[in-house]
This record gives sequence, C-alpha cells and structure tokens, in this order.
Amino acid sequence: MQDIIKGKAYVLGDAIDTDQIIPAEHLVYSLSDPEEKKFYGRFALSGVPTDQQGLPYGGKPFTEEEAFESEYAIIVGGSNFGCGSSREHAPFALQQAGCKAVVAESYARIFYRNAVDGGFVVPFESIERLVERVRTGDDLEIDTSVGKLTNHTTGEEYLLKPLGDVADILEAGNVFEYARRAGLMPT
Amino acid sequence: MTITEKILARHAGRERVAPGDNIWVDVDILMTHDVCGPPTIDIFKREFGEHAVPWDKEKLVIIPDHYIFTKNHHANRNVEILREFAAEHDLPYYYDPGTPNYKGVCHMALAEEGFNRPGSLLVGTDSHSCTSGAFGMFSTGVGNTDAALILGTGKMWVKVPETMKFVFEGTLPPYLMAKDLILQVIGDIGTDGGTYRALEFDGQAVFDLPVHERMTLTNMAIEAGGKNGIIPPDEKTFEYVRARTDAPFEAVYGDDDARFHTFKTYNVEEMEPLVAKPHSPDNKATVSEVVGTRLDRAYVGSCTGGKLEDFVAAARILKGQEVRVDTYIVPATTHIGNELHTTRVDGETLYDIFERAGCKLGQASCAACLGGPTDTFGRTHGTEVVISTTNRNFPGRMGSKNASVYLASPFTVAASAVAGVITDPREVLV
Ligand code: SF4
Repeated sequence: MQDIIKGKAYVLGDAIDTDQIIPAEHLVYSLSDPEEKKFYGRFALSGVPTDQQGLPYGGKPFTEEEAFESEYAIIVGGSNFGCGSSREHAPFALQQAGCKAVVAESYARIFYRNAVDGGFVVPFESIERLVERVRTGDDLEIDTSVGKLTNHTTGEEYLLKPLGDVADILEAGNVFEYARRAGLMPT
Repeated sequence: MTITEKILARHAGRERVAPGDNIWVDVDILMTHDVCGPPTIDIFKREFGEHAVPWDKEKLVIIPDHYIFTKNHHANRNVEILREFAAEHDLPYYYDPGTPNYKGVCHMALAEEGFNRPGSLLVGTDSHSCTSGAFGMFSTGVGNTDAALILGTGKMWVKVPETMKFVFEGTLPPYLMAKDLILQVIGDIGTDGGTYRALEFDGQAVFDLPVHERMTLTNMAIEAGGKNGIIPPDEKTFEYVRARTDAPFEAVYGDDDARFHTFKTYNVEEMEPLVAKPHSPDNKATVSEVVGTRLDRAYVGSCTGGKLEDFVAAARILKGQEVRVDTYIVPATTHIGNELHTTRVDGETLYDIFERAGCKLGQASCAACLGGPTDTFGRTHGTEVVISTTNRNFPGRMGSKNASVYLASPFTVAASAVAGVITDPREVLV
C-alpha cells in the first residue's frame, strides 16, 4: 500500500451495487488476458444511472466512451458501497480503470473483502459522510499512514477510520502473501 | 455459542469462538460457476503453479449456470475453460452444459445433489451461496481470490459474525410465501442492516416450510448484507439430505445461552403480501399499496424463485387464465424443468398450465435474473416495468438500467401477470 494516494475525486451516492460497478453483461471478459481485461476499465461504473454519474453534477461517466482508463483515481461514496453480488470483477474493474482507493461511509462485506484480499483498491471508511462535501474533479490526497483525506480544492481535511484487522493483509499486498506469512502456503 | 459460532469453531479446530475473532477455517465444499470459475482458476495457477492440483477433488463442485444459452463467444469460452480444468484434474463434480449432467442454477443444484449437509461449511464464488444455510450449515459467498486460496489450501479466513435472530411465529396464511417473510426482514433492517452478521431464522412458521422454501429465506440474507443465513436443521432437513447423499454429517445447534445482536419476533398471521419496489430489495411496500401499477413483464425464475414450490404456486393462479403481459418461466434446474412435466395442479401439468396461459418457457439457468449477455432469455432492454420472483432489483440487474423491477412472491407475480397490473394474490386465490 502506498503511503500517499493522490488523484481526482469521483463522487457517487449510496448503495452503489456491483451491477452498477460492472454490469453483468461484461463479466464475460478474461481478467488475465492483457487485451481483454482492459474492457473492465472501460465499463467500470457504467451501470450507474446517468444522473448519478459524478455527483453533484451527474452525466459524467467514470471512464469516457472508447477510453480504457478513468481520469479519477479516488472514488468517494456513501453507505453500503459494493453491495449485491460477490463478483471480484467489481474491485478489479475499478483498479483496471486506474482507481487507487475508495472512500465510503460503509461497505458491503464481500466487496470490501475482495478489494483487500486481491489488493485491487484500498477501501477506506470515512468518519463523516463526504458525498455532499466533495465534488467530482476535486483534487484529493490520502495519507494512509495517519488515515487522513485532504481536499486540496476546498482546503478541507477529513479523518478516515483505521483499517483495523485487514491492515495486515493490505500490508502484505494480498491474501496469498498474508497466508504465506501465516504458514498456510509455501513461500 | 450460536449455531453459526459453533460450526465456525469446529472448522477452526477450536473449543470456542466469539464474534469478532479472526480465524482460519477448513472448507468442506467449494463451489464455483462459469462467471467466477475461470478467473479463480487463473489466480490459482498464478499463485500455486500452472499444474497445481486442487486441494481436494471430492470437495470441489463446479456448476456452470449463469451464461449458458447464449451465442456470446466469451461466455462460451468461459465454460470451455471450466470443462478443460475439470478434464485436466478429472473432477468428479463438474456439471457440463449440453450434456445430461447439466444442472442449472448452482444453489439449487447443490441441494439436489446432496452437497448441503447440516453442520458443514460451504463457500461459493457467488453471493447467494448463503442459500445453503437453510440446511443448518455455514455458507457464504467469496470472490475469486479467496476461492483460489481455498482451491490451493482448503482454508479461508473468517471474522466470526454476530448473529441476528428472526423468529417467525404462527401458521403461515395460504396467501403468503417465504418470499414475503424475507422481504419483510430486508425492508425492516435495510440492505446493510445485516452487514458482517449471521441472519438466523427460527420459529414454527419456518419449520412448517418445506426445505426448498426455507432456502428462499437464507438465499436473501445477502440482500440485507449478511455474511450467512442459517436455519437450525430438523427432521425434514435430515430426510431431504439422506435421500440425496450417503455422506456423513453431524447436526449442530446453538446453545441456550447463545448471544444475539438482535432478536426479533414476527407473527406471520399478521403479515401481508409484500413487494420490494424499484430499485432496492429493501424498498418494501405491501402489495395493497402498489396495486394497479402497470406492468410490461412478469418473471418466475432464479435460485430464490424458480423452485418447484414457486411454479406450483404460480400455476395455481395461472390455471385456466391467460397472461396479459409477457410472462417468463425459468426453472432453476433441469430437474425442476422435468418436474414441470410431471407435477400437476388439478390434473393438469405445470408445463401445460403455463403454456396454455401464454407464458414463455425457458431452459434452466440464471437467465435474466442478472441480465447477462444481450441475447439472454427474458433480459430487459428498455424501460420495462417487471414483476419478478428473483432476489435483486438494483438498477440494471435484469439487463437495462432504465428498467424497473418489483420483487414479489410467485403468488403475487402470477396474479399480476394475469391482470397486467400489480395485483393482490388474495383477490384471486381461492
Ligand atoms: S439465479 Fe440469479 S441470484 Fe441465483 S445464482 Fe443465478 S444470477 Fe445469482
């Protein structure tokens, strides 16, 4: 995990489910083939209803049409981010698009676990609700060592919750390294 | 300890566990399907080696079910990857599409094939893997990475969940089904009300339900964010399991002094038919509140609403009627598909009842429950208003993000299909 994560904000509402993060029709692409996996970046968050794309404005797709990567590296969401299916394609799609971290009020369990275990994006929990405080396009910086989010556009700072139990997995890089350290897998 | 805590403790080789403990558990069954199987295999090979061997062939179950009847080249390729993996390792439990061995929707197939055993621990690469908890076992959904780790080691880390207990008392009125009960719970606690927790169901009304109907309760535990859903096993459970497997199992029950995060009691005799309105499973309303809502489509299918019991319920209403809107019938499994031809309501087979009513009958698979490739049976493409027995209605779930989906019991869906507008099943059930 990087100490400092910087990037533009992409703001979403509550209960962004995995069908919005990566619609089911796109789950057919390989996650390992270098050419095919790019499509996960293209279709990341394409299921979000148009008026909810990039708050408070709406109508701002996460990844521009025909592009494979997004200009936004940090997603700011409300409660229950990533609810719905267990598809690991969801955090994978965000990573493919170039997203580094999500800052949400709360997460659905499987999304959170997948994000951590696969080492795709770092899922931070905000202490206060940020959806109305941050605008899509704002310049953000996360200091992961102290758990702080700075919005350089507005000058505001927000504390993030400690990563808790999963910090060890994030530190290890993914669940395999973690399992190796626990002696469950040969090194 | 609760039943969930006890099962987890046993699988961690510990005397006791408490909510919040992080433990490694031994997995009894790992299930995967065509959407998450191929990437799981990729990660498995990356981490354990190109020719690595699964930790235990007898414990690996691969059930392709999501994108089966499609011309989509990538989807077909994914099934091919599973087929090759099964052949390479000579896997005993791979259910190949296009052969008589093909089953259909994984959660129902797991039950039919005897993989759900009281006291055991099952993990699937599908969020509705919590369905198996209806058999008094711990079951949960994971992603590809966790599944790949299990495939190599048989182990998974779990944070022991707190338990929310829901007790349904009374005798279920003839117009209610398990779907109404679970929509009530989800509506009451919200789609994140059970996050990180076990949802345990208990009470006379639950034990009166046939085993398959109990699965509708545990299936939708994930719709409240739950880690697992669970129902203590009883004689009906044992009978069902023994008829399908010789594998030994040991039933587990919670202790009298078990602690619960929540304990809530419902009297089912006071409950009403419910729907979840667009676009969330917790957007609860009584059917009477939305009666008359215009519909374009009705759908009876999926792991939670495509069981034989669901079709019998729908047939009771559709018999001798004609549907006013496009009505799709999709059996969860091939076995249930066959039962449509052999099960009768008042002398007529379910299949004939549906056909005469003007329904469109599809083949066993997940079909439009999760949208799928554009040529998927029953998939929405525009602004359709759908009433469905499935379990999720987030935007785009059945295909088009401009469609609106109401979730309801098969009684409510069938009554609404006949009227063309949302209809209270009490008006038509005799
Ligand atoms: S029927 Fe629907 S909910 Fe059930 S496994 Fe298939 S896609 Fe998932």
